[in-house]
Amino acid sequence: MGKKKRSVPEINSSSTADIAFIILIFFLVTTSMDTDMGLTRRLPEPQQDEQQKQDQRIRERNILKVHVNRDNELLVNDEVTSISELRERAKEFIENPYNDEKLPEKRPKEVEFFGTVMVTANHVISLYNDRMTSYETYIAVQNELIAAYNELRNKLSEEKWHMPYAELNSDQQAAVKEIYPQIISEAEPKKY
Amino acid sequence: MSKFNKTGKKEMPALNTSSLPDLIFTLLFFFMIVTTMREVSLKVEFRAPQATELEKLEKKSLVTFIYAGKPLLQYQQQMGTETRIQLNEEWAEVSDIQNFVMNERMKMNEVDQPMMLVSLKIDRDAKMGIVSDMKQALRRAYALRISYSSIKRENL
Repeated sequence: MGKKKRSVPEINSSSTADIAFIILIFFLVTTSMDTDMGLTRRLPEPQQDEQQKQDQRIRERNILKVHVNRDNELLVNDEVTSISELRERAKEFIENPYNDEKLPEKRPKEVEFFGTVMVTANHVISLYNDRMTSYETYIAVQNELIAAYNELRNKLSEEKWHMPYAELNSDQQAAVKEIYPQIISEAEPKKY
Repeated sequence: MSKFNKTGKKEMPALNTSSLPDLIFTLLFFFMIVTTMREVSLKVEFRAPQATELEKLEKKSLVTFIYAGKPLLQYQQQMGTETRIQLNEEWAEVSDIQNFVMNERMKMNEVDQPMMLVSLKIDRDAKMGIVSDMKQALRRAYALRISYSSIKRENL
């Protein structure tokens, strides 16, 4: 009634900013923002002996031998090649546009959206390297091979849907993948 | 005295800083959301190789990291200068990878287990010998989805 309203003393909040700053700096130090990127590959399942025998029966025209030797030189079908040429070589090999005798044979295949297409279904890119090959060169070669597949898939999907491969839905992607299946076989490196 | 001729008696009003904590907190939350905890402290040199056909690793919870490279300077007395493998905070041999991957997989959600992805963070100067051995070990552990960690190279 007669009481005066007592004012509550305000809490001094001038240091909240400092506290928040300290937490902020802690997070800046302990966390990292880099999104991890990499070449995604699928390893073959642990090999059985029978499978190995089957692999050897592939006809010669169906194999592209890519060998990286201990001096980091690239040999495609036993000829020295530069890494920048590898992409075109691989594309020509996978696609076989003119039905060349020396390039992989084409087989008709029923594919969704496309109907029956001639596909080089049996082609194999055989990549092997030496134990002394540097990892950097190996990644560069892998990158060119994956790039060859990606460019072919993109080209096909641009022709068919006028969209890059990455924007297709999963059914369409599967169809494109059936026409250009990624077959890179990696043998164990040779020991000398 | 004229109206405009003020003497220095009047003080500058203090800047109101009451919203400063809120600003900082907003920043803090931003960083908490966009960053991830650094997984391990590296004991090996790691400079990623360069590539162009990169794919992002979407789900961090599915990814297991394996590092390999030359030991850092302070470890070189103990470990030498040959390429070594680091699993979490420990030095490891190729033979340890299989168990490590199995253990990591057991820790994961059952639904996620087949989606497991192993990111290989290998120094660009490493030799393929050890990389191949690691790959063989991963195959034996049925960790078949792998990613060679690399950085973007601009196309010329």
